[in-house]
Amino acid sequence: MNQPLYLIPLFPLIGFLLNGLFIGRLPKKLISFIGCASVGLSFIFGVRYFFDLLSLPESGRVMENILFTWIPSGQFNVNIGFLFDPLSAVMVLVVSGVGFIIHVYSIGYMHDDNGYGRFFTYMNLFVFSMLTLVLADNYLLMFVGWEGVGLCSYLLIGFWFEKQSASDAGKKAFIVNRIGDFGFLIGLFIIFWQVGSLNFATVFEKAPQMFLAGGGLITAATLLLFMGATGKSAQIPLYVWLPDAMEGPTPVSALIHAATMVTAGVYMIARSNVLYMMAPVTMAVVAIIGIATAFYAGTIALAQNDIKRVLAYSTISQLGYMFAACGVAAFAAGIFHLMTHAFFKALLFLAAGSVMHGLAGQQDMRYMGGLRRRMPKTFWTFLIATLAIAGIPGFSGFFSKDEILWRTFSSDYGSILIWAVGLLTAGLTAFYMFRLIYLTFYGEERMDSRTKEHIHESPPVMTIPLIILAILSIIGGWVGIPHVLGGGNRFEKFLEPVTNASHHAGEAGPALASATYSSTIELVLMAASVILVLVFIYLAYYVYNKNIAAAGKLRNSFSVIHKLLYGKYFIDEFYGAVIVRPVVNGSLFLWKVFDVIIIDGLLNGLAILIGDMSKGLRPVQSGNMRTYATIFLLGVIAIIGYVLLR
Amino acid sequence: MVPIAHYLILSALLFAIGTIGVVISRNLIIIFMAIELMLNAANLAIITFSRMNGNIDGHAFVFIVLTVAAAEAAVGLAIIIMIFRNKETINADKYNLLKR
Repeated sequence: MNQPLYLIPLFPLIGFLLNGLFIGRLPKKLISFIGCASVGLSFIFGVRYFFDLLSLPESGRVMENILFTWIPSGQFNVNIGFLFDPLSAVMVLVVSGVGFIIHVYSIGYMHDDNGYGRFFTYMNLFVFSMLTLVLADNYLLMFVGWEGVGLCSYLLIGFWFEKQSASDAGKKAFIVNRIGDFGFLIGLFIIFWQVGSLNFATVFEKAPQMFLAGGGLITAATLLLFMGATGKSAQIPLYVWLPDAMEGPTPVSALIHAATMVTAGVYMIARSNVLYMMAPVTMAVVAIIGIATAFYAGTIALAQNDIKRVLAYSTISQLGYMFAACGVAAFAAGIFHLMTHAFFKALLFLAAGSVMHGLAGQQDMRYMGGLRRRMPKTFWTFLIATLAIAGIPGFSGFFSKDEILWRTFSSDYGSILIWAVGLLTAGLTAFYMFRLIYLTFYGEERMDSRTKEHIHESPPVMTIPLIILAILSIIGGWVGIPHVLGGGNRFEKFLEPVTNASHHAGEAGPALASATYSSTIELVLMAASVILVLVFIYLAYYVYNKNIAAAGKLRNSFSVIHKLLYGKYFIDEFYGAVIVRPVVNGSLFLWKVFDVIIIDGLLNGLAILIGDMSKGLRPVQSGNMRTYATIFLLGVIAIIGYVLLR
Repeated sequence: MVPIAHYLILSALLFAIGTIGVVISRNLIIIFMAIELMLNAANLAIITFSRMNGNIDGHAFVFIVLTVAAAEAAVGLAIIIMIFRNKETINADKYNLLKR
């Protein structure tokens, strides 16, 4: 089936061009209209093609739209082509849907900003790049989108570039991502070298013949691709840029650094599942790094005071869950969590933005409190999102997180250790999220009196997106209710043609082993996680609401741990000392010694040598015209003499 | 009638005078005039050979040379005037900017 799929990314591109070319010359209303309508149109077309896709038979749910050959160079052929299958469909709907809601919210949030036009320009460019990333039918075009979203991330983190910390954070994000992208590119080179193509369909079809399953090459290629994912999706060891990225405007944090861009790594792995399934070592690495990041970032979030930083570490932690799911071959579960996370984490950020809006930009939770009554809509939506992320049954996060936990336990690739860490992280998540709730919305009002007068609920243009996202945070998980709870797990079935491709290709991969466990165990584990979450919520309630003095006592009795967590394990300082400082010193050496003394010295020495040599020849040129004439005459006489006497 | 050789000897003498003028004179105007002299010595030789062969082509050729010489004189004099305005001298030995 050949639909004009290019329309989906085209609209944000047009929006970007219109807003970008006439920057500073359009009225605000028109800017917001262009910005939002372009993304909205993408969403409408996404929905249309989604239903077209549903009308196809289950095995043939692929739509392709090849526009033209982009790079025809000998054997290296790359198309500008778009691919719409269940996986891209989910991503397109999430990106354009959540993106549209956040664009609308931005109208209110960015209203008084001087860079209003610039903001929507960048946002539209971002949506265009992200849609290119998820729709691309080959790795190279995907990489174009991958770099495009990185660029927009940089531009939007440093949106308030007059602020030193913001422009530094932008640079940090860009440079850290470069490291990951380096790995990504090398991974692509290996794939092209072995398979001779970068087209998804060709690569996945030929890979089983071209690569030795479990061999060194496929392991290297997938590990390098995963390295790119750790950069883009903020996993250990390259996660350090994401917390700093909170310097950007809050809608940016919601759209780019929570809902869409940072999930690109998960999407990439789910897309490449055929390759990953052939490299068990990589799978183990992905699972371990994923779950380690989930736990590690969760612990840091416990001790942060900045409302956006807590959410940033929470994002890193939730992304860790998604990678853990991919690592245990539960790709569909990872994408499922990606989708629900996009809903509730975007909501959390937008609601946090609404709080900051009401408090004149205050981000420190120590100066909040008691906002429950002053900002009821923000409070209720925030609470819904918190219940979702904590995994309270019925909310979207419960289904996706529990699916991941169950798979880490039951899959052949999983282990009880991964499951245990995941379970503990779920408890931590509940704790720090409710700490956030209690510090922000309960207790006494700790802000200064001027801010106190200023507190107001945000305008409808901001609260309506919150309400829509809140509804999605509740019902978003209902598409994937597991069998054991009487649902059909339709989401996973929908994704199956893509995420289970290696089985369809006739590979003798290990089947997902959920059948070997009884549903009783699944129910017991589910109950265990719910009980643990409830216990941690009660703990948060006890420490941060009922008995607020306990918080101080807790801090004092674990002062070393608190310092460690508050200082984010001092990883930034560690990287600074071990990587940044040597690089800076090495560059200084290359500049001051190698460049100035050796390179410049060589060149200047050569110039001086030639100058000295020419000094000896210089008298030949007397500069006297008559001498030249005389020599010229003698020369003519000599030639004539030669001709005559020959 | 004057023999052909006399014309040629005169032409050679004029050319030699012109050459010596270019080589030894310091005055730009003199050098310029010496060059013109050499040019006309060559014209004389061409006319002579034309006459010797009874062929009119040489005459036509000389007229062309004279025309070009007139144009060249205009350009050359203009250049000398410009140089004089800049250096305030027409002594050729002072024009040694390239030496440094």
